[in-house]
Amino acid sequence: MITKEDVEHIGWLARIEISEQEKAEYMEKLNSVLDYFGQLDEVATEDVSPTYHVIDLHNVFREDVAAESLPQEKVLANTENKQEGAFKVPRIG
Amino acid sequence: MTAKWMSVAEIKQKIGESSAEEVTADYLEAIKKSKINGYVTVSDRALEKSKEIDSEGHKGPLAGVPIAIKDNISVQGLPNSCGSRMLENYVPPFNAHVIEKLIEAGAVILGKTNMDEFAMGSSTESSYFGPVLNPWDLERVPGGSSGGSAAVVAAGEAPFALGSDTGGSIRCPASFCGVVGLKPTYGAVSRYGAVAYANSLEQIGPLANNVEDIAVLMDVIAGHDARDSTSVPEEKTDYQAALKDDIKGLKIGVPKEYFGEGISPGVEKAVWDAIHHCEALGASWEEVSMPHTKYALASYYIIAMSEASSNLARFDGTRYGFREAGETWHSLISKTRAEGFGDEVKRRILIGTYALSAGYHDKYYLKALKVRTLVKQDFEKALSKVDVLMAPTMPNPAFKVGEKIEDPLALYLSDVNTVPINLAGVPSMSVPCGFTDGLPVGLQIIGKPFDEPTLLRTAYTFEQNTDYHSRRPPEVA
Repeated sequence: MITKEDVEHIGWLARIEISEQEKAEYMEKLNSVLDYFGQLDEVATEDVSPTYHVIDLHNVFREDVAAESLPQEKVLANTENKQEGAFKVPRIG
Repeated sequence: MTAKWMSVAEIKQKIGESSAEEVTADYLEAIKKSKINGYVTVSDRALEKSKEIDSEGHKGPLAGVPIAIKDNISVQGLPNSCGSRMLENYVPPFNAHVIEKLIEAGAVILGKTNMDEFAMGSSTESSYFGPVLNPWDLERVPGGSSGGSAAVVAAGEAPFALGSDTGGSIRCPASFCGVVGLKPTYGAVSRYGAVAYANSLEQIGPLANNVEDIAVLMDVIAGHDARDSTSVPEEKTDYQAALKDDIKGLKIGVPKEYFGEGISPGVEKAVWDAIHHCEALGASWEEVSMPHTKYALASYYIIAMSEASSNLARFDGTRYGFREAGETWHSLISKTRAEGFGDEVKRRILIGTYALSAGYHDKYYLKALKVRTLVKQDFEKALSKVDVLMAPTMPNPAFKVGEKIEDPLALYLSDVNTVPINLAGVPSMSVPCGFTDGLPVGLQIIGKPFDEPTLLRTAYTFEQNTDYHSRRPPEVA
């Protein structure tokens, strides 16, 4: 059962601002979904290993050679907030 | 005669007799009259491109053939909104691998199709650009999340389309709209240039009005691509070679768990009729059991939401997309994401964040991954005895717009027959197999990894001996 404080904490972790009014609504809807997830407790999984991925590929490497990449102006084309060829954000901290 | 609803083979013949320009113009005309809100963007370059192809002399297996692309697959120069305010004005500076392949083959991209926001949904109602309407009944949803791609194909606004399928997002709308859809084996089609939602589950795949056109499209888009590290280096498959009208001796497994409570009687009847029809065509069937099916839905949603919470972290208002003003770095990102994402996307990110957070990781995420192993083993066991599995794609026909959108859990439950397939990574098709109360029903055919040829042969044989795929929705005729 997640509380209003949990919702605030998850919102902070996920970087999503949540209004006072939304908190109650999220609490209700998130709890109904998490209740449903609780049914997995019925399944015995002590000796089962997890499947992160279905295909049998490990450590996919490529040759360490430089290839063509996108030109800087194309990469910066989707934002207004740029300066001297860099993305511009508010002071961090 | 207009090219609307023609097969790709018929379109190629028409291009030979008249021009690619005429064919593209026919589709642009059909799109202009659309009642279904299937496209987010119609390309203003399509007609020009078709003229170029005419002047170059129709080179390539799809020379001049129009196609629609789901709005989460990057096409250089066309907006790639993912159905979200967050990416409303984002224009990719590069092409997805599948788009490079389509352009090489000579295809003409008509536009980008509407979808559930970031592919999260089964009804296409969560799109920032409004819901897509089902061509068979304009009061109903087309399914989702590739609802735009399925609906434009059903409505004759594109001969075929690309979608993506994370937990049923190609097969669900194919079923609701009465078209054919294929979710390929995980790793068969490169995801380079597709916007990630849950990357261990999703695949790009085709939707079309007939099985042959699905194979035509697979021959173009499938194959290894080094830019997707999960792309499997298999031998090149000839998908069109699989199109044979012959399923004599085919062994069909019918998983009883896929006919559970809540299935509509009309769907159940149509699917069993289809299985018996295959029997009459020389196949045999037996019941099989996949005991972990009931846990697949919870496992799927935990994994999908966890992966989403990580994948969607990139939308922070910095490099592209929507940006809300903020005094600090944290407040800028938090406000940007609060305003830029819709309700369902935020719910999934929040639940995924919770499932991965300290103290809950083992209870939710790790548990879901272990259940995933059991679900996958169910498939391995069942498919060691039979060639294909057959089941309903969706337990119900298309529901009404607004009917389920307020209750997330009710909407998730409708994916009960599609999500296990993505957990296991096996290929699966939805094929029209009948109608209930005037609405299409989809037969789901599930196969072994990389055995798309057997799926295509089965679907093709069923289609050649039935006429469901050739019926057209009256409201958009």
